[in-house]
Amino acid sequence: MEIIPLRQMKKGQSGSIFQVKATGELGRRIREMGLIPGARVTIYGRAPLKDPVAIRVLNTTLTLRNNEAEYIQIEID
Amino acid sequence: MTPPLTMALAGNPNAGKTTLFNHITGARQHVGNYPGITVDHKEGRLVHRSQPITLTDLPGTYSMTAYSAEELVARDYLVNERPRVVINIVDASNLERNLYLTCQLLELGAPLVIALNMMDVAKDRGIEIHADKLEELLQVPVVPIIARSGKGTEKLLDTALQVANQEHKWQSRHITYSDDIDEAIDEMVSLIEQENFLTDLYPPRYTAIKYLESDEQLLTKGGNNDPASSSLLTAIVDNISNHTLKTLEVYPESIIADHRYGYIRSIVRQGVMSQNHDSDRLYTSDKIDKVLTHRLMGPLFMFAIIFILYQFTFSWSELPVGWLENFFGWLAEVAEATLPDGLMKSMVISGVIDGVGGVLGFVPLIMFMFFGIAILEDSGYLARVAFMMDRIFRIFGLHGSSVMPFIVSGGIAGGCAVPGVMATRTLRSPKERMATLLTVPFMNCGAKLPVLALLTGAFFSEHQARYMFFFTMLAWVVAMLAAKLLRSTVLRGAPTPFIMELPPYRFPTLRGLLIHTWERTWQYIKKAGTVILAISILLWAMMTFPELPKEQSAVFSSERDTVIAAYGETVAAEVLNAEKDNLTGNAEQLAEELAEIDSREAEASLKNSVAGRIGTGLVGISWLAGFDWRTNIALVGGFAAKEVIVSTLGTAYSMGEVAVEESESLGKRLQSDPKWNKVSAVAALLFIMFYAPCFVTVVCIAKEASWGWAAFSVTFNTVFAFGLATLVYQIGTLLQLG
Repeated sequence: MEIIPLRQMKKGQSGSIFQVKATGELGRRIREMGLIPGARVTIYGRAPLKDPVAIRVLNTTLTLRNNEAEYIQIEID
Repeated sequence: MTPPLTMALAGNPNAGKTTLFNHITGARQHVGNYPGITVDHKEGRLVHRSQPITLTDLPGTYSMTAYSAEELVARDYLVNERPRVVINIVDASNLERNLYLTCQLLELGAPLVIALNMMDVAKDRGIEIHADKLEELLQVPVVPIIARSGKGTEKLLDTALQVANQEHKWQSRHITYSDDIDEAIDEMVSLIEQENFLTDLYPPRYTAIKYLESDEQLLTKGGNNDPASSSLLTAIVDNISNHTLKTLEVYPESIIADHRYGYIRSIVRQGVMSQNHDSDRLYTSDKIDKVLTHRLMGPLFMFAIIFILYQFTFSWSELPVGWLENFFGWLAEVAEATLPDGLMKSMVISGVIDGVGGVLGFVPLIMFMFFGIAILEDSGYLARVAFMMDRIFRIFGLHGSSVMPFIVSGGIAGGCAVPGVMATRTLRSPKERMATLLTVPFMNCGAKLPVLALLTGAFFSEHQARYMFFFTMLAWVVAMLAAKLLRSTVLRGAPTPFIMELPPYRFPTLRGLLIHTWERTWQYIKKAGTVILAISILLWAMMTFPELPKEQSAVFSSERDTVIAAYGETVAAEVLNAEKDNLTGNAEQLAEELAEIDSREAEASLKNSVAGRIGTGLVGISWLAGFDWRTNIALVGGFAAKEVIVSTLGTAYSMGEVAVEESESLGKRLQSDPKWNKVSAVAALLFIMFYAPCFVTVVCIAKEASWGWAAFSVTFNTVFAFGLATLVYQIGTLLQLG
């Protein structure tokens, strides 16, 4: 089992969130969108310039910037 | 009649809240802004079972933190107004995420009814929700609805009325947040109850939770209200924070969030939701995304779609704009023919009719633009645009959504900053929005084009197209750099988190689009219209008063008499009576000479007016950038509307009113003026592109942000433009490039 930041995941790759390191407003925004430990995440795609990244979580598509995705640690399947 | 019951509508963005609101209240809505911030405050009235109801549409939010204006508005409304019922709209196809807000509403102790929306979408996705089970577990009434078709809304209102008529105590729902946290909460609650700490506003448990989440608004309120108790509570929070940081490496805040989701999951798993088929299936929406956000095709489609929106806004609105222009032109003619000559007539025509015409002239533009943007927004495409453009705009401290306002304002030459400024409403990040708002007026709007055409035509006629393209690109570069400058000075600060939802594509409802468009347009007419009219009259007065002294106008009169006498009575009579184009020989000459005298008188009056005096007075500094008094007056006039620069320059050069479309003669006149050369033309061009926005835009900035920001925009842009023009003029003159 490998743990990497969400930022480094490739398109189509899935895993579950291990830890969210962000605090403050960013941390709260991440959590309120359902990105909490245990949540299943799949990389949906990346913007034409590779950033931001789009992910599937809890039946919805979310997008966040790469530097925001850096804070989310994923346990890869 | 019984007094109206107050109800509030809360829910996530994209959960169908606005659709439900429109369905329930129809056209009986009232939109207003909360004072000082631009969060819409929508209220609708309805009568259900002969009970009048006032329904407030709270801003769509994912939670109720104190970070954004929308969330504070929603929270303060609930706390201060204590509506009898809160209808919480929940997207059934996305139950867990939506219930997060529900949890917070329960913690606040609000009397809830859940409207379980989009049951049809959920079903299509193979998700089945058992509403009765959810109701049982949450202990809150749950009514399945389909907001788009209105299915279930009758029952929803029935249930809401029932809840409203019950006694309700605002009491926090108990959700467990782990032993450590719960222990701290209990300790805090007993302290809060003992000291009656903020208990008139919030349930004690809620206050405790917000302290643990280090919620800024509550901490400030508590600190002001009862500093001693507040610091005791903070001490408990610090204590538990240290503990959780040491043992779990997290703040209590994230433990609370995790447990809220844990609570939701435990409810959902107890038979509320059953998934019938694979959740990884590709839905239509995902298939569309495969094309529309594709690495290569995505941007191509985006440029095409934006271009179509642009064409739609500016080309299609030409027809209604033309009608309005004709109507006001006709009105001016009627006034011209019926009113006696004099100041009154001049004010009615140049002040009132032009002013009202000016206000209403923008209405078709605003309607078309908001209709177009509403389609993009309601369909879910606007979020994709932000997704694709963010990487570029982020460099300058802006947001992916900034692209739309820039394009509308003239990113493709010929836009208009008025709808552009209003289009910044689609941005939810406050700092990024403000930076966008303040820099969109740098783009080359349609009104600047005739001025640019005049100057490039006169001094760079051989490469005019190339120069026009260059100036369009230059506007982009300058706007982006200015945004970066603002974001590193007056608007500095970390970027607002970008994280957002890419909602599934949906067909917008016509009703929703029309309501949205009408709301925006009406707000413009009502709020900006009156101010614009007043300023229009003021500007007219500035360019008219004081009038030419009697002696001076007498000089022009006697000149006229002399000329007429020289040609004789019969010729003069012909000039007076015949059509202008049918004059013969001498009469034509006389008419020309008279027109020449009129033009000189107009020049003299303009120079003598307040605007003229300002222009003359400014020569003291404006010579630095190579502007003489004539240019200055034209620039002052340009504050009314940029295309006015051409006609004012015409008057200042004794050429009478120069039609905007036929300015070649003015161009020739400038070419032959020794004060004008290529360098001064470029300096003037740059100044005109970047100086103070026209006052209609300024009023819109004031309405969207504040009068302070509007004043800032006028000053900042003018100083910036003047600096740039001076630099170019001085260096250019030094190098003798002219």
